[in-house]
This record gives sequence, structure tokens and C-alpha cells, in this order.
Amino acid sequence: MSALSVSATFAAAEFQTPSIEYSKLMPMLIVFGVALVGVLIEAFMGRTGRHQVQLILSIAGLVAAFVSVTMLAGDNQIAAVGAVAVDGPALFLQGTILLLAIPGVLTMAERSLDRGGVFTSAGSSTPGSEHERVLTATGVTQTEVFPLTMFAVGGMLLFPAANDLLTMFVALEVLSLPLYLLCGLARRRRLLSQEASLKYFLLGAFSSAFFLYGIALLYGYSGTVRLSGIAEAVSSNSGSDTLLMTGTALLAVGLLFKVGAAPFHSWTPDVYQGAPTPITGFMAACTKVAAFGALLRVLYVGLGGLAWQWEPVMWGVAILTMVVGSVVALTQTDVKRMLAYSSIAHAGFILTGLVATDTVDPDTGAVLGVSSVLFYLLAYGFITIGAFAVVTLVRDAGGEATHLSQWAGLARRSPLVAAVFTLFLAAFAGIPLTSGFTGKFAVFSAAIAGDAAPLVVIGVVMSAVAAFFYFRVVVLMFFNAPAPDGPAVAVPSPLTTVAITLSVAVTVLLGVWPTQVLDLADRASQFVR
Amino acid sequence: MNSYVPILVLGALSLGFAVVSIGAGALTGPKRYNRAKLDAYECGIEPTPQPVGGGRFPVKYYLTAMLFIIFDIEIVFLYPWAVHFDALGIFGLVEMVLFIVTLLAAYAYVWRRGGLEWD
Repeated sequence: MSALSVSATFAAAEFQTPSIEYSKLMPMLIVFGVALVGVLIEAFMGRTGRHQVQLILSIAGLVAAFVSVTMLAGDNQIAAVGAVAVDGPALFLQGTILLLAIPGVLTMAERSLDRGGVFTSAGSSTPGSEHERVLTATGVTQTEVFPLTMFAVGGMLLFPAANDLLTMFVALEVLSLPLYLLCGLARRRRLLSQEASLKYFLLGAFSSAFFLYGIALLYGYSGTVRLSGIAEAVSSNSGSDTLLMTGTALLAVGLLFKVGAAPFHSWTPDVYQGAPTPITGFMAACTKVAAFGALLRVLYVGLGGLAWQWEPVMWGVAILTMVVGSVVALTQTDVKRMLAYSSIAHAGFILTGLVATDTVDPDTGAVLGVSSVLFYLLAYGFITIGAFAVVTLVRDAGGEATHLSQWAGLARRSPLVAAVFTLFLAAFAGIPLTSGFTGKFAVFSAAIAGDAAPLVVIGVVMSAVAAFFYFRVVVLMFFNAPAPDGPAVAVPSPLTTVAITLSVAVTVLLGVWPTQVLDLADRASQFVR
Repeated sequence: MNSYVPILVLGALSLGFAVVSIGAGALTGPKRYNRAKLDAYECGIEPTPQPVGGGRFPVKYYLTAMLFIIFDIEIVFLYPWAVHFDALGIFGLVEMVLFIVTLLAAYAYVWRRGGLEWD
């Protein structure tokens, strides 16, 4: 018998057609489908009306995907031959990402603040060149951002649901690549925006390499990329510990980079400052949700048996992140950079909840480490999107006025905008009756239940430090005299107004009446294994 | 040992192909040398001497290279499907159609946006 026919019979006997449960993957399929249709619209539709069609299509796709997430609610199974988990945390986070993407897309579509929209109409031209001037003069609106955003959202939906490391890596790249591009498309201050894009791309590619190398080592350890398989290998204690530890560390570097935790946070301020502000808001909220989802799944499902080893490291990372984020934010003079450092600090607060492994609430049976993080991410996402949307409104002749000194006396020019921004800052600081308080309360009580009281003490102290720089801005807005040539508050179109109103509503609602959502997070806190 | 025979045959075939092609070209081809023929590549940028700072060259090269890679990858995925077409059945067909339609959408975009025009 020749070699060829041997391999042929072997394959025929072993081969089984895989099956994919398309209905379980519906949210992702809808979003990717809409992105594809968006690409075709870019290819075949005329300029006029393209913006409106893309906007309506994107919002409709996000809403439809959200509806299909709610229809899957309660599911607890593994789909697509083990590649995708459809369980509580995955569905909760997918719902969160879709809800956050709606105000995100609305702010991106804003066209009345800047002629032609937030994004440059000449992405490929050299900043300051004649070519750029000619293209900008046409006043063309950039509409490719809509399919790009939808691709990013699709990747974000897959990221927290990925049940094997290769799927997770593909999701990571699908969500990152469009974001790298979107960061470089600002209409004003294009050099800064392109620098942000390049930095994000280089560092992101670097961290992806870490992530991939971690996957390779964990595969070498366990012989599988499936998280449940890795968990089995860990519990049976087979294989080389060196491979396991190094692999875990490299994987964690890749994920902690995406959530923006110290010491892997250095890209955050530059990228958040340079990117177009609606993109910053979208990225700060949605990427963090997706990346924390993936981090939770890897640490709880794949490496849960190793918790004794990674918990102390996560303690250290959480403390460092909270301290760096809060303390460095004190010295910032640019409102976008300040919010970037505040997002780093918040990553630290979320990490305190994450270390409460295996701590189960005796009444509800909820895994506290998971449910508190789920709730915090939802609360934090809406505050962030709302805060960055407010930043787009404060403008002078050169575009957005982001230097803090320009915000002095803003309350006299527009009491409403100042009040809304104060609400978001109060929520960031964790003042009661805002969603930020409920979220902080949830993660800190989870950490206490998980015997991490010292972490909570540091968390509370750092919250106080953070409150100082948030309220410095409030004092600046309300009690300082406005500069004579200071910025004005622009009146946005209904798009941004709706986005900000939605964020305000969620922030207040989750602060005053959080029970329903807390219950939902409790019920959604079980990973399928 | 038996199972290595196909690999050896393949090696011999490729070696033979290389020798025959180069030999046939050298023996039968017209020999009209000019400057371009002596370059490392007959098209593309001059590799040497490098201008200061690397110089500037058109971004079109990257576009072409990326398009090539996309279709290259497509073939990589098409090939195993083609080999096991019968075993994969309807499932394989549906998946492959989804994959090709996705690529086609991107291709249509590149075509409509003038990515295939050199000038």
C-alpha cells in the first residue's frame, strides 16, 4: 500500500464535518454582516446620502444585534466546535458593548460641530500639504469610519466570548486593526492624530506578539489552545511549570496592555489625546469592556487552578495601576490626557474586583469577582462615552479646546454643559447616587469578600486622590473667571445630544436604582467550562 | 522509508524544473542586454544605491503587495477545502461561499475605489 492511499483512508475514516450553531453566533454575524454591507455601500453608492445610509444601517445593526443578545440570554453552552462560549459573562459583555457602541457611533456621526464631520476627508494626504487643502475644500465627509467601527465592534463581541486562545487572538486583531486606523483620522491636529495612530499600532503589534507567544507556550504546556483543556492540564499538574508560568505571564501582558493597566499603560495618554475625541470615547469604553471580558475568561476558566500564582501578581498590577493612574492624573493640564489617566486608574479599580476568585455570594450564588466587574464595566463605559462627548462640545477657532485653563468659567457660558460634565466627573469619582459609586462599591465589596482588604484600602485612598483632580475641574468650571478669549460651547446636532442624554440617564439610573442590573450581573456571572 | 518517496520525487521534480527552465532560457532565449536586464529586479524600486534616509517610493507597491497577500491567503484556505470537498459536503460549501463573498466585498471596494489602477 502506498503512502498516499494510506493517508487518504486514514483521513476518510477520521473525518467528521464540524457543525456551527449560527443562531448562537447571531449577534456577531449581524454586526459583521452590517460591516460588509457598509463596505459595499462605500464601493457602489454615490457620495450624497452615504453618510445617512451608513449611520442608519450601523445603528439598526447594533440594535438588531442587541436584540439577538437578549434573545440568547440564559444560554449556557459552547458553540462553533468549542471556539465560542455563549454564557452569562459573554452575553452580558456583548450587550454592554453593543449598548455603548450606539452612543459611540452617534458621536462619530456628528457633523454640525465641524464642517464635514469629525474625521478628515483626506486621510491619505500629507498634513499641511496642498493636496490636503484641495481635498478638504471639497467638504467631503469620511464615511468609511462606519464599517470600520462595525468591524471593531464585531471583534469586541468575539473577544470576551472566545473559548480558545486562537479565536481570542483573531478577535483581538479584528478589534485592534480598525481602531489603529480610526485613531489617525482626526480632522484637526492631524499630525498628533497620526502620531497616536502609529504609536498605538506599534505598541499594539508588540503586545499582540507577546500574546501570541504566550499562546504558543501554553500550547506547548497543555497540547491544546482550548481554555478548558488548559484548565485540565493545570489541575492534573502535567507538563513543565516553566512553560505554564512563562506562557501565563506573556498572555497576561497582551491582555493587560489592552485594558491599559500599569506598567503597560504608556500608550494610553498619547493615543487618547491624539485620536479623534468620539473615537477616544468609543475606544476607552468598548475596548476596555471587551479586554476585561477576555482577561476574566482566561484567568477564571483557563487558569483558575493557578489562582494562587497569578493573584499576587494581579494585586501588584492593580495597586500600581491605581497609583499611577490617580497620581499622574493630578499633574495633567489637558482634559483628554486627564481622562486617559483616569481610565488607567479605573482599570486598577476593576482589577481589585477581579482578584476575588471563587468567592461566591451565599445568597445569590453569584461569582462576586465576575459580577462586580461586569457591573463596573457597564457603568464606567457610559460615563466615559458621555464625558468624551462633552469634550467635543467645548471649542474655539482651532477645534476642540482641551487645555484645562480654557475650561475656566465654563459654567457661565453654558451652565447645562458644565453641570453634565460635573455629573460625569462625580460618577468617575464615585459619589453616591451615580453609577460610579455603585460600581466601586461592587468591586470593593467583592475584593473584601475575596480577602483582599489591603487592596481595598489602597483603592479607597486612590479614589480620594482621584476625586481631587476631578473636583479641581469642577471648581475651575464653576468658580473661576472665564478667560476673555476662551472657548465657546457649541450646540451639537441631535446625534451628540442623544448620546450625552443616554449616558446621563444610565449614569443616574445605575446610581439611584441599580438593583435590576446588579441582579442581572449576578445571574450572568457563571462561566461555561 | 516508503512514505518519504513522494517527498523525494517532489524534490527531484522541482530541482529538474529549475535546471530545465534556467537551462532552456540560457540556450534558446534572445540575448539583448541593457541596463534594466542587469538590475536585481526588472521592475520596482532600485535597491542600490540607497538614497539618504531611504528615499521616497510610491505607496502603490504596498497596495499591490497587500492585494496579492489577500488572494494568496484565499488560496491557502481554498486548497484544503478543494482536497476534501466531498467529505466537507454542504457545510464546507456554505462556509467557503461565506468566505469568498466576504473577500469579494473587499475586492469590489478596492476595484471601485481605484485600487487596481496603477496611475
